[in-house]
This record gives sequence, structure tokens and C-alpha cells, in this order.
Amino acid sequence: MWELISANKRKSVILFSIMGACLVLLGYFGGEAFAPGGGVYGLLLALVFWLIQSVIAFFMGDSVLLSSSQAQEINEWNHPKLFNIVEEMKIASGLEAMPKIYLINAEAPNAFATGRNPQKSAVAVTTGLLSKCNRDELQGVIAHEISHIMNRDILFMTFAAVMLGSVFLLSRLFLREMHFPSRSRRYTSKSSGGGQAQLIIFIVAIILAVIAPILAQILYFAISRKREYLADASGARLTRYPEGLASALEKIAFSEAELPSENKVTAPLYIVNPLKKGLNLSALTSTHPPILERVAILRSMGGGSGYLAYQNAFKKVTGKSSLLPASAMKDFTDVSAREPSREEEKSRKEKVRDIGDLLRAINNFGFILCACGLKIKMPPGFKNEKLSCPRCGREHEVPFVAMAAATAVAGDSVLPEKNRQEYQRKGHGWESFQCQCGRIMQLSPSFQGTHVRCNTCGSNIKIGNRSPHHGDTETLRKIGINPRSQASKH
Amino acid sequence: MWIILGIIILLILFVIWSYNKLVRMRNQVKNAWSQIDVQLKRRHDLIPNLVETAKGYMMHERETLTKITEARSEAMKAGSVGEKAKAEGALTDAISKFLLVVENYPDLKANQNFLALQEELTSTENKIAFSRQNYNDQVLFLNNQIQMFPSNIIAQTFHFQEEEFFEIEEKSERETPKVSFTTPTT
Repeated sequence: MWELISANKRKSVILFSIMGACLVLLGYFGGEAFAPGGGVYGLLLALVFWLIQSVIAFFMGDSVLLSSSQAQEINEWNHPKLFNIVEEMKIASGLEAMPKIYLINAEAPNAFATGRNPQKSAVAVTTGLLSKCNRDELQGVIAHEISHIMNRDILFMTFAAVMLGSVFLLSRLFLREMHFPSRSRRYTSKSSGGGQAQLIIFIVAIILAVIAPILAQILYFAISRKREYLADASGARLTRYPEGLASALEKIAFSEAELPSENKVTAPLYIVNPLKKGLNLSALTSTHPPILERVAILRSMGGGSGYLAYQNAFKKVTGKSSLLPASAMKDFTDVSAREPSREEEKSRKEKVRDIGDLLRAINNFGFILCACGLKIKMPPGFKNEKLSCPRCGREHEVPFVAMAAATAVAGDSVLPEKNRQEYQRKGHGWESFQCQCGRIMQLSPSFQGTHVRCNTCGSNIKIGNRSPHHGDTETLRKIGINPRSQASKH
Repeated sequence: MWIILGIIILLILFVIWSYNKLVRMRNQVKNAWSQIDVQLKRRHDLIPNLVETAKGYMMHERETLTKITEARSEAMKAGSVGEKAKAEGALTDAISKFLLVVENYPDLKANQNFLALQEELTSTENKIAFSRQNYNDQVLFLNNQIQMFPSNIIAQTFHFQEEEFFEIEEKSERETPKVSFTTPTT
């Protein structure tokens, strides 16, 4: 693995340096063109600009990305299968820490990985992907994403994207300043005594301002494409089953739906470019290799699943020389692909229903499985202690409401004083505390119960010495609601 | 003079670097091994639950169930790596047979509790396979490093030992599994 990562790194660093050179030269000549001797300032401006953006991207990139795509975190209890698949791939890759898992509620099947290092990473999948793919296909997609994390592609691509943005901005700044000069036109040869030299610098600056963004973009795309191939290769090796990833990619490619919250800069992070318009562009300016080519490579690995098999298939399909350096592969013996897993596939309808349940589970719905086979769903804040099955009429106790009532009577599990803390939301009526499982919860002023149910571990927590709001208990009694059953209200 | 000094310093740096690399690789092998252990233990823990749930439905498969239970206790007793590999292989075998037989019991397959257990079991099987795969990779890296020049000199000086691969004999992977499609009379 070390050799692969470092070989990967070396090539990327070269491309990255050229991009950096674009930025620096643009800064220098831009500055010099405005005023003789201003080059150093221009250069500094460019670097500081890039640095600040990089720092922001480094510390906040993942949260910005996840929230801009409206991803919701899911845990083991919400979707055991997805959680298990991610854990399987975590184990296969030898990743140190379990990545967080996010779900994006979107019809278009797609996935991306984010995070600044292998210790702190996340994968996000769309509901469309979950509903369209079987276990092997999901495994392939997750393996691809985990490979991105292992190869540290995310961090690298973030920095590259920021650099690309900086080059864009600087060149635009320069060209705009030329159209609408704000100060004296000192850069024209007429007024300044610089003459010939100044004119040359001026021309160089213009050429750079036009060319640098294009060059940087091409480099950026080159880096991104190469890393996609590499992640495919590692994904095939991790799962020992190239067909899984191949058929998942195919499903993604032929899906009609589009991602709503896409934007240009995050596009390279997805497993397949979410911008459908990008498909028509030439290969040079695309962040992802043509998807059908990726499928073709994966399918012509000839029963192997190692890097060597991928390399040979890559040569055969694309006609290009090689993807991986020989030094990277000497450590790996080639391995053959495994059999597909036996798990029988659920029907499309069942899968869609599962997704609906998953979304409800994330949003604090409660579930009861009736003996007649019906799954009864209760919205958050469901208050009745009992309900009858709409299909067969069996009586059911609503577990969490009943549990809350029971603990209210027994009066156990009083929240230790140390776990009550002021956290984030202060102000009249707001309260926050920490559950035993570590989850921090906040209660809005409208919260009226003396118990809450933790959404992570499901345990009931009594809010110690907390009295319901004045009058609230009375009003509730008047309208015929047992104040205790309010406990389940979130 | 300076050149010789420079060479000596470079040599020392090289020794430190490759020693650290070997240590790192050995730790990774250990870590990978503990991953396998965790998953094997998890499987041992799952089996009693599984047998308990299935018992009521699978009246005619007492043999399959006893086989699993026996294979489990064998596997828990196993000591050395070789013994362990053999016993766990037998257990894997028994489980995959069981999962095939389950197909004949639609009632059992509709049981939510069983479905959850089945997902856990399938995934644990996968995790064992993947952790074994990772362990063998790490062992290969370490062994390569120990055998190859010039790191073999450092490996010998500091007594780094080659590690054993973890191979599980899985009959079912080679044989095509036999599935009977006769519905049992209950």
C-alpha cells in the first residue's frame, strides 16, 4: 500500500506544482503589469489568498459539503446493512477509524467520500443508490469511496480545487482591472518610462491571465481522472469482485434522475460526475473518465481482481500505456475474483419501502411490527400508549411511550447532575444535556415532558428535578392527555 | 573526509528508516490479526442466538443445527493458528450450509428477528473474509520486506520473523453447493 500511495503522491505532486506555478506566475506578472516592482505584492497576494482558502477548506470543507448536500447522518440501527457494508470495507482496507455514514435524500444514485484524513472521514450515499443497488454493488461503490479515503484523494482534491478557484479569481480580477482601470493607467507604455520591458511584462500578464485558468483546469481534471481510475482499481481489489462496482456504475450511468444540490466544485468528489451536462464535453475537460469506459475496464479484468489485472485491462480498453508504476505493484500478488454473494435481491417495491422507513427512522419515527406482518409507523411525538393494528386489529403497546410511563413510575435513571450542561443553546427555556451514550440533546422551551428518549441509544432519560412548565400540566389534564405520555415528545 | 562522514550519516539514517518501517509493518500484521479475532469472536457470540431462533422452525434440520453448535465449540477450543484455521473453516462450512437450508423455510425467513440475525451473520462472514484478506496482505508486505535486499540485513540483525498466512480450508467454495428444493412437510 505504501508504494502505491507514494507513487500516486509523486505524480500528483508534479501536476499540483505546475498548478501552483500557474498561480504564482499569474500573481507575479499581474502585479508587475500594474506597477513596476509590484510583482512581489501580486505574488504574496496570490499565496495569501490561496492559503486562507485552503485553511478554511481543510477545517470546514467536509461539514460545508455535507450540509450543502443536505446529508443526514445515519447509524447502525437505522440501516444495519449499509453500516455493515461500510464496516466490511473499512476492515478490508485496514482503515484505522470507521467513517461516518451520511444519507442524501435524492433519487439520483450517487455517492461521495469526504474528510481530511483517514482518521476522520465520511461517506455519503443517496437514497437512490440504496434503492437501486444490491449488496455486491453497494459494496463496490463503498470500496471505491474508501479507496479515495485511503489514497488521501479527498484532501488532495480539496486543495487542488481551492487552487483552481484562486487561479480563476486572480485572472478575473486582473482582466477586470484592465477593462475598468480604477487608478492611473500606469501600465501603458506611453505614460511610463519603462518602455519595452514593461510592454513585454504586460503582454505576458495578459497571456497568463487567459491561459492559466485553462491550464489549471486541465491539470485539475487530469489529477481527478487518474484518481478515479485508481479508486476503481483499489475498489476491485478490496472487494475481490470487479463486477459489483461495474454494474453499480452502469446503473448510475443509466439513471435519469439528477442530483439537486450539485455544484461544479464538488462534482469530482462523487463516484460518478453528477453534472449530466458534463457528459458531452471532451475527455480533456471532464473530471471523471467516461463511465462506460470504467465499466469496460472493470469487466475485462479476466477473472482477476488485483492491480495487475486492472492495469492490463486498462491498457486493453483505453490503449494508453500504464496507470500504475511497476514499483507500486511488486508487493501485490494477483488475486482472482470471488463469486457473487448469494443474498437474494429484494424487489424494487420493497427496496423503495425500506428507504421510506429509513428516512422515517432518521426523523424519529417509531415502528411496531405486528404479527400479521404489517409494519406500523408512528410519527415523532406519538402520544397514545396503545394502538390497534389497522389491518388485523391486534392491540399493541407503544414501546417508547409505555417505557417512558414506566420509568416515570419507577423513577429510575435520573440524569446525573454532571451530564446536565449548558451547551450551545442558551437562553430562556432552552436546556441541554448529555446522554450516557454521549449524544448531546437540546430541549426547546416548548418541551414539556420530564422524560426524553435518546435518538441514538433509545434509552429513556429522566430529566432530573425538572418541573413541567407552570400551567402546562393543568391544561393537558383539561384536554384529556396524560402529561406523562408527553415524555416521548421530542 | 566529509564524504565519508556523509555516507556514514546516510547509512545510519537508512538503518533507522528501514527498522521503523519493519516495526510499523509488524504492528500492522498484529493489528490485522486482532481484527480477525474480533470477528471470529463475534461469530461465536451470534451462533447461540441464531440456533435458538431457528430451532422452532427447523424441526427437520436438527442435524444441521447440531453441526453448527459442535463446530462452534470446536472452534472456541482451538489454540494454535493452524488448528484455529481448520476449526473456523469447518464452522464457516456449517454456517453456509445452514444459510442454504434456510431457503426452504419461508416462515423463518419472514421472522424479523431472524432477518436481523441473518444480516449480522452474513456480514460477519464477510468481515472474517475481509479481515483475513487484509491480514494476508500485511503478512505478505512484511515477509517481502524481510526477504528483500537490503532490508533483509536489518531484519536479520534485529530478529524480525516472517509471519504465517491465515488460510481457511473452505470446501464449499470449491464444491457447488447442493440445494434441495423439496418443501419439507411440517
